[in-house]
Amino acid sequence: MKKTKWMFGVVLTVLAAFATIAVTQPRVAKAGDQPASAEVKIDNFSFGPTTLTIAAGTTVTWKNNDDVPHTVVSDDKVFKSKALDTDDKYSYTFTKPGTYNYFCSVHPKMIAKIVVQ
Amino acid sequence: MSRFIEKNLEKDGVDRRGFLKCMAWAGTGALCVMKGGVLKSFALSDVMQHNVGDFKGDLSFVQISDSHIGFNKAANPDVTATLREAIAKVNALPTPPSFVLHTGDLTHLSKPAEFDTLAESLKSLKTERIFYVPGEHDVLDDNGAMFRERFGAGAMGDGWHSFDRNGIHFVGLVNVMNLKAGGLGSLGGEQLEWLEKDVSALKSSTPIVVFAHIPLWAVYPQWGWGTDDSEQALSYLKRFGSVTVLNGHIHQTMQKVEGNVTFHTACSTAFPQPQPGQADSPGPMKVPDDKLRQLLGITDVNFVRGTHSLGIVDSTLA
Repeated sequence: MKKTKWMFGVVLTVLAAFATIAVTQPRVAKAGDQPASAEVKIDNFSFGPTTLTIAAGTTVTWKNNDDVPHTVVSDDKVFKSKALDTDDKYSYTFTKPGTYNYFCSVHPKMIAKIVVQ
Repeated sequence: MSRFIEKNLEKDGVDRRGFLKCMAWAGTGALCVMKGGVLKSFALSDVMQHNVGDFKGDLSFVQISDSHIGFNKAANPDVTATLREAIAKVNALPTPPSFVLHTGDLTHLSKPAEFDTLAESLKSLKTERIFYVPGEHDVLDDNGAMFRERFGAGAMGDGWHSFDRNGIHFVGLVNVMNLKAGGLGSLGGEQLEWLEKDVSALKSSTPIVVFAHIPLWAVYPQWGWGTDDSEQALSYLKRFGSVTVLNGHIHQTMQKVEGNVTFHTACSTAFPQPQPGQADSPGPMKVPDDKLRQLLGITDVNFVRGTHSLGIVDSTLA
């Protein structure tokens, strides 16, 4: 009888421990939980897409696919990449809503914008 | 192709359409010479049959451009080799140039090692002095600090400067800094003020040569081939009898004559670019290997005192 009670106590403790662990573990992420990401491809002296609309908190990654270097420079000096050679990337996380016009400071005819909602 | 050009232009005086056709695609080894407002063209292979005096004068210098040291993609995997070939070509000229102008994009990525390789390669160029202006590829990330430190001796501001040789006034301008979104090349207020003062005391009979990286005329604005405030610069030069503008950036030869001003762009020593509007973008253009050297080259410039214009002769590496 005592042994059974003891066993029962152990099981309960173990169960409680698991329950605690289960409660304190991070939940499996659902849509909207993880930070979102988006891409802009630099091809043929242009940013694609030219206008990218994203939610606040999204990280945008630019990748240069051209044979010449490009830069990503915000008109209002909010963000500025170093020169990106072929296959180089640059990322920026947009936390505030607004429209962010940007261009390539090496080839300034290349213009585009990020719209953050 | 060179025979075709010779037939069409030789006795025509100035045939601007034919000239532009010739100049826009220098892959054939045709030479077009402007002298006293009159155009003469020669096949490169026939140069030696002509009077060498045609190319001699009071002063001769060479323009090279767009060496892009550090570029290594399909359009030309070895730009240092083609630069060395261009240097060999300069060294083989019948009259050694008094000096050389490099109209920018010395390097591809403004890296110290690229500037090193360029400087090392140019040591074998037989000339007294080389003058430089930066291209947009030379001023990445550091606003041109390294370029000016290594190649901007005696320059002011972002790298502009002027000097005199044999009575000709040379002006090196910088139009690749502080570029604005959606804009073209830019000279900026400070440089324009300096230019106005720099030429103010010169006699109008002084021949002027301006050199800058991006063309100072609207070659093709859609691709950024032009300078937003070049008109103001040119207004300061309006009174001069002979103005020659030498540019690079577009990696092909083009020429335009407007009154007393002759605009001329040079080939690259690294890789060709498409003609305006002939491709999606102005990027490096891959051509068959045996054609590459026909599209790269140097520019030899001769000044004969008393003539209206400078004689500009482009030659290709092949």
